[in-house]
Amino acid sequence: MTHASKAQRNARPGAGGGFDLGRLLLEGRAFFALIAIILIFSILSPVYFSTNNFLTMSSHVAIFGLLSIGMLLVILTGGIDLSVGSTLGFAGVFAGFLMQGVSFEAFGVVVYPPVWAVVILTCAMGALVGAINGVLIAYFKVPAFVATLGMLYVARGVALLMTDGLTYNNLGGSEALGNTGFDWLGFNRLFGVPVGVLVLAAVAIAAMLALSRTPFGRWVYSTGGNARAAELSGVPVKRVQVSVYVLSGICAAIAGLVLSSQLTSAGPTAGTTYELTAIAGVVIGGAALTGGRGNVRGTLLGAFVIGFLSDGLVIIGVSSYWQTVFTGAVIVLAVLLNSIQYKGRKGRKTSPPAASDDKASSSSSPQRVAA
Amino acid sequence: MNATLQEQDGTDEVILSARHIAKSFGNVHALKSVHFDIHRGQVTTLFGENGAGKSTLMKILSGVLQPTSGEIHLDGRPVSVASTTEAQRLGISIIHQELSLAPNLSVRDNIFMGRELGGPTGIDYAEEERQTRLLMEELDEPIDPRTPVEELRLGQQQIVEIARALSANSRILIMDEPTSALSASEVEVLFRVIRDLKSRGVSIVYISHHLEEALTITDHAVVLRDGTMTAYAPRRDIDLEWIVTNMVGEGFDLGAPPSGYVMGEVALSLREVSVPDATLPERSAVDRLSLDVKAGEIVCIYGLMGAGRTELLESVAGRLPLSGGSVLLQGRDVSRLGIAERIEQGLVLVPEDRQRDGLVQTMSVGENLSLASIGSFTRRLFTSRRREQSVVEESIRNVHIKTDGGGAEIGSLSGGNQQKVVIGKMLATHPDVVLLDEPSRGIDIGAKAEVFRLLSEGARQGLAVVFTTSEVGECLSIAHRVVVMSRGRIAAEFGADVSKAEIMAASGEAVAA
Repeated sequence: MTHASKAQRNARPGAGGGFDLGRLLLEGRAFFALIAIILIFSILSPVYFSTNNFLTMSSHVAIFGLLSIGMLLVILTGGIDLSVGSTLGFAGVFAGFLMQGVSFEAFGVVVYPPVWAVVILTCAMGALVGAINGVLIAYFKVPAFVATLGMLYVARGVALLMTDGLTYNNLGGSEALGNTGFDWLGFNRLFGVPVGVLVLAAVAIAAMLALSRTPFGRWVYSTGGNARAAELSGVPVKRVQVSVYVLSGICAAIAGLVLSSQLTSAGPTAGTTYELTAIAGVVIGGAALTGGRGNVRGTLLGAFVIGFLSDGLVIIGVSSYWQTVFTGAVIVLAVLLNSIQYKGRKGRKTSPPAASDDKASSSSSPQRVAA
Repeated sequence: MNATLQEQDGTDEVILSARHIAKSFGNVHALKSVHFDIHRGQVTTLFGENGAGKSTLMKILSGVLQPTSGEIHLDGRPVSVASTTEAQRLGISIIHQELSLAPNLSVRDNIFMGRELGGPTGIDYAEEERQTRLLMEELDEPIDPRTPVEELRLGQQQIVEIARALSANSRILIMDEPTSALSASEVEVLFRVIRDLKSRGVSIVYISHHLEEALTITDHAVVLRDGTMTAYAPRRDIDLEWIVTNMVGEGFDLGAPPSGYVMGEVALSLREVSVPDATLPERSAVDRLSLDVKAGEIVCIYGLMGAGRTELLESVAGRLPLSGGSVLLQGRDVSRLGIAERIEQGLVLVPEDRQRDGLVQTMSVGENLSLASIGSFTRRLFTSRRREQSVVEESIRNVHIKTDGGGAEIGSLSGGNQQKVVIGKMLATHPDVVLLDEPSRGIDIGAKAEVFRLLSEGARQGLAVVFTTSEVGECLSIAHRVVVMSRGRIAAEFGADVSKAEIMAASGEAVAA
């Protein structure tokens, strides 16, 4: 974790100016971590710092980024969605199934839906999965952890059943059937940028606008901050809860489409454990798992930190076992810094003397990064 | 009636004496140089309204809080009660209003919680059980030590708490509102236990809102008001009137009912409203209650804890379902509408517990203020920052919130200003009827007066106001009408010229007046 020693060097000079810098480093930690990762791997490997590599890595990040944005919405309301990885796999298989043609035996016809219809049907399927989660959680009071854990198994199981454990390899469609163009969902490039990255950008902008500029966004933040107070202020808390799980399901379905397009195949085990990576991205981005705090910008940075870190480790040839260790350490560190940040915030508001503790904890945090 | 203590007449011995106890929270002085004596084997009752400083004083004696200044003498020696464990070591136990038992554990496990008796093979359950059985027998409540606490009635649970304090060799037992949730027969059992404890030399500090009840059990009375001890006397020298006079005092001027305008039509009409009790659904927390409130009228609902005030307001606002009756707003039945729709129709609630139900702590002052009126600054899909800013600024001006601006963190405000944020948030929806559940809870007297001034201003402009209180003094301020609630029903209704004694008598707090 050499990137952190840079933060340490920056934080040192001048005890007087150290406070603001420490605060800045703490609040912009995901951003600084990303810069540090890019710098370090660029030094360690000559191939890391190139446009082409960045685009390749970004198309990997696109998958996690899409899942993370959906996850962010859920986490902002104080929930959790463990089913996104399975939903991603299920969505890929579902799309693959549609691309192979749906046969209606009663009429003796095989229908080959065009790609746009496949996209819409797959997203609708993701929304349905999310809606089941949301209704269980909001109306039947099943704890989010349990409801989505169940869905994690069910969705994966259905995906395996649909293919008998096999993978759909032929997603290209054919000119004659009018269902070509699946590779435009993630594999192809537009203006030199992988389509998957553009999809992520579009979803991110939509989420950003929704969270900061619409009543729905305000409802999401208030539901997570204090659901009881939100309800008494007229926020439709239950509908908000169902909506965020539906959106998370749609995001997972989009990620499933992008991934199977990138791989030009759809396997039922795709996306296994991706839900954990998505949660990690949200947490590294500074969101609080208790709800109410976090934003899209941070979450995107979190997804890029994880993606660029693990790809960088692959490029410099670190074993995949060590990659796992590093990823885990980064996640714990991020949560540690979150708690320092939120504790500092609380300390400041209660009494003036606490401000000095706050100062101490925030300026000492870069050292902790290095530890 | 001064604050100095009369010397004892020699027959009873002072086991604990607190002198010049003061406690400040920032600029708020909860206690100002209070003296307090506890006599061996006797009951000392602490009287006072909400916010008078009773629980602060008890928390200091039991080690939960540290006094800002003052000293405590136990058996004549100065002691410092630095923590609850220290208090327990000194023989001081407190039984809180909300019992602190683990409902999933048995009576035995609760009594020895944290002090488990060790044996060669782990916990010596047999010995614990024997001691528990003995304790319960002494207390005349032969409960099987292995019964889970959640299966016991509330009164029995209280006895278990007492047994736990006794097993820790407590000499001083502080009981905070022990009877508020008990039935009449359970109160009798409790009083028998208290008399029994007295005969064994245990000293009791008793806190209760039920003045009559407390008078039957107490040996000494101490009255607190606004953090100062206003009176002290042994039981034989006092009566109910003495307590009431000393409790409420002259009081702060919280204003008078606004006048000089004509009230409008009936804005809110409750018809035979019933609400089931949360814990016992077959019982009613509100029992077929009817009430009409006109536009421009201020109605104060007074009642003791458990009288059903909160349930009434929450059901009118749509948080709790009705089990019968209907709520009419400007003549339209809104009983089937959700909270959001009722807000839209002009019926809003300012909840009792502003931390739990009023504020979103993760949001700024401005975001909290605008939360209930997002629609007013939304155009098509998007919110307008400019319009929101003007909504927030208008609210801050209207309810006089002292803040750096809408972007400030909600936690940076004082309790009174936080309360104004909750009120301002609901007023920003331009309601016709506003319900306020204990709007003065936990805010200082100045903020209280300001909140009341706000309400009378609103009434003058045609707002129908219903607020609840458990402080008699507040009924006699801005309310045109005082409704006394008791056991879910209206026990009495008075005009603005009612006296404190009349209100207290009607609430069942004091029968004679």
